[in-house]
Amino acid sequence: MSETVIDIRGLTRQFGKKAALHDVSLQVPRGCVFGLVGENGAGKTTLIKHVLGLLRAQVGSVRVFERDPAEDPVGVLSRIGCLSEDRDLPDWMRVDELLQYMRAFYPSWDDRIADELCRRFELDLRQRVGTLSRGQRARAGLVTALAHRPDLLVLDEPSSGLDPVVRRDILGEIVRTVADEGRTVLFSSHLLDEVERVADRVALVHKGRIVVSDSLEQIKSSHRRFTVRFAQPQYSPPQLQGALACTGEGQEWTFLANGGSELLRRTVADHGGTIVDESAPTLEEIFVSHVK
Amino acid sequence: MQLRISVNDGVPIYQQIVNQVKYLVAAQRLEPGEALPSVRKLAEQLVVNPNTIARAYRELETAGVIVTRRGAGVYVSEGGSPLARGEQTRILNERIDVLLAEARQMNVDLDTLIELIHKRSRRLPATSSTGESS
Repeated sequence: MSETVIDIRGLTRQFGKKAALHDVSLQVPRGCVFGLVGENGAGKTTLIKHVLGLLRAQVGSVRVFERDPAEDPVGVLSRIGCLSEDRDLPDWMRVDELLQYMRAFYPSWDDRIADELCRRFELDLRQRVGTLSRGQRARAGLVTALAHRPDLLVLDEPSSGLDPVVRRDILGEIVRTVADEGRTVLFSSHLLDEVERVADRVALVHKGRIVVSDSLEQIKSSHRRFTVRFAQPQYSPPQLQGALACTGEGQEWTFLANGGSELLRRTVADHGGTIVDESAPTLEEIFVSHVK
Repeated sequence: MQLRISVNDGVPIYQQIVNQVKYLVAAQRLEPGEALPSVRKLAEQLVVNPNTIARAYRELETAGVIVTRRGAGVYVSEGGSPLARGEQTRILNERIDVLLAEARQMNVDLDTLIELIHKRSRRLPATSSTGESS
């Protein structure tokens, strides 16, 4: 389990004057579901393109299965199944032709897996790809991503624009993939409840930097939400040391803290407040507190 | 086994599973010796990371609620663990607290409340065995 499937160190990427990624380092261990979260344009897709070898590292290094995906695309991509947000599939092919076409690229393609997935997803093999509904198109993409039993599944915003039934199918396949021992998943999403359900580790990307990267459990347990009642109404957000974010009005305010809970407790008392409620925030609240 | 997972109530998912399985055992909707789904099956059913399910099962096993037989699956402990009884008490206490709070607000004293409980109890079919009510 200690084997590292994706190893990115000090990756910086400029597009013209704009820094898309700045000194990004992250390690994805084998058998893990790694969730990349962040706003649109934060750099998640650029990061994923480096993993797939579609972009070459300008500064820093990218290793996937201990190889450089830009130097050895065949060696790396043959072990990866990927589904991108735009799902660029050839519209003029029928679904069965698409599967025939894709199987030619992968020596490890397994027809039984493809058949079983097509049946489960109720894909019509005779239908043209171009006439598939959004959901069926995503499912067809998922079949081509999974039928060669990849060691690494990479999904870039797999859920975007899809209804809950299709999203559930995709998440179900993520779960099935890691349940097969040793297989690894990297996926990006802005649907944080999905990430919270299936991810082991999460990295929060903000303006090209990794702001938080840890196990989901560690991230969740290190952040706390405090509701504080003050003796006097406060007319502007009280400035408390150790607080990341603050919402509320009048006498009751809610603070989000990372780590420094003890410090926060003491400053609350100094400001004439008492903590009336303490709870675990959701990933969404943690995320918002870091990017605001 | 029907479990409901919510990611928005602040309780970690593995803890939600632990709590709900304990509740089902205490409420006798899961009987001693009954089989639970495998880690993989439950992960797919709930769409939750398999490691989370495995962790919940480990906690339940440590607490004596379930036993895992290597290669043979996961089962509810025979004879009900003392912890399951503790859980029964916990659930009842929660209901009692709500009842007491309401009674106080209505200025109903404790003796009257206990008398009411006796009256209601006499209306229920007389059975000391485990009912199917839930």
